[in-house]
Amino acid sequence: MINKTVAGVEAACKGVKDGMTLMLGGFGLSGIPENSIAELVRLNVKDVTCISNNAGVDDFGLGQLLQKHQIKKMISSYVGENAEFERQMLSGELQVELIPQGTLAQRCLAAQQGIPAFYTPAGYGTEVAEGKESREFNGKMHIMEKAFKADFAFVKAWKGDEAGNLIFKGTARNFNPNMCGAATITVAEVEELLPAGSLDPNQIHIPGIFVQRIFKGAQYEKRIEQLTVRKK
Amino acid sequence: MLSKEQIAQRIAKEVKDGYYVNLGIGIPTLVANFVRDDIEVEFQSENGILGMGPFPFEGEQDPDLINAGKQTITALPGASFFDSATSFGMIRGQHVDLTILGAMEVAQNGDIANWKIPGKMVKGMGGAMDLVASAENIIVAMMHTNRAGESKLLQQCSLPLTGVNCVKKVVTNLAVLEIRDNAFVLLERAPGVSVEDIKNATEGALIVEGNIPEMTL
Repeated sequence: MINKTVAGVEAACKGVKDGMTLMLGGFGLSGIPENSIAELVRLNVKDVTCISNNAGVDDFGLGQLLQKHQIKKMISSYVGENAEFERQMLSGELQVELIPQGTLAQRCLAAQQGIPAFYTPAGYGTEVAEGKESREFNGKMHIMEKAFKADFAFVKAWKGDEAGNLIFKGTARNFNPNMCGAATITVAEVEELLPAGSLDPNQIHIPGIFVQRIFKGAQYEKRIEQLTVRKK
Repeated sequence: MLSKEQIAQRIAKEVKDGYYVNLGIGIPTLVANFVRDDIEVEFQSENGILGMGPFPFEGEQDPDLINAGKQTITALPGASFFDSATSFGMIRGQHVDLTILGAMEVAQNGDIANWKIPGKMVKGMGGAMDLVASAENIIVAMMHTNRAGESKLLQQCSLPLTGVNCVKKVVTNLAVLEIRDNAFVLLERAPGVSVEDIKNATEGALIVEGNIPEMTL
């Protein structure tokens, strides 16, 4: 067994530098790497490009990096719910590249799997297609999208083991598995870190080969963005 | 004239037994409340669930279980979870039978705009571009006119497009329309709404063939 365990979040984030491109898992605030984000805030790395479906809310998730003006560019599919984001974008302090959600996921997966580019119909005929190669397949127009290149991927899983194998929970899975192995170094933070052999190999969502560093997150707030309930 | 709930109620009649359905945010979300009890339908939410159930009971919410609108939800028996690439694989691969989404504008050639108002609203397209580019069966739920009374069913969209030539059917507070032959073909009128009312509220080409029935909900 190749042990991927690191002592904690500080060791996990070692080597993150100004100007790097970072992938961060999560959808809304669900399944975001909370502990890694807190460490990136503490390290105060600047001018980073973040690939993440959303940008958090003002005081949680990537919103915390935005507050400290650490982000140079965001690559996302949806960035509502964040007033500071909007302000920085409209004032030109922040560069923003909005891309379709399925394209974002596939560009991560392509990077993980060594596919340099692929064709998708998403965005054909819209401003997303500007400057991109387009081609007809089976009578339908598609545009070429390229695999992402990133320095670090930060993902959050429910359970993991020392070998870096990961299991996700519910819809907190989202982009996390697609970002594993899609960057030079993949850092996985987990709620439960178990000895190798504790997880059923049949139930592993992401094999440890896609993960370079794994640690148990010190704590999880798991904030809910839109609480919707029924009365009993 | 239909309320938003009634638009959802009318669209629910388009949901057939055995369908996998993706519901967008807003009016489309309400459709789930009106689907007949005697048919089997599974709702897909693009953040990674098939078999989405109703909102949880108070105190039973799980931050690891949300829908694409980031609302807390439940999973029904037979549900499954998956990653985002798999989710959009289902959509792009046309395994989802019906997509219901909102729009700011629809054009008579089936173009749709629903993600950006330059200089005003730039929140992003989320999964909308993937959905409209791939789905075979797209129904748009929208109000026929904007707050100023101007038509949202146009000859040509004025806002940045989400997708081209993709919308097949539109259900508004005034009518059910099919998009065909570069025009809106009027299929049904909302209760109490005349063909004249619909003509006046539609800027795009409108085809009225024969007697237009009043819709039933």
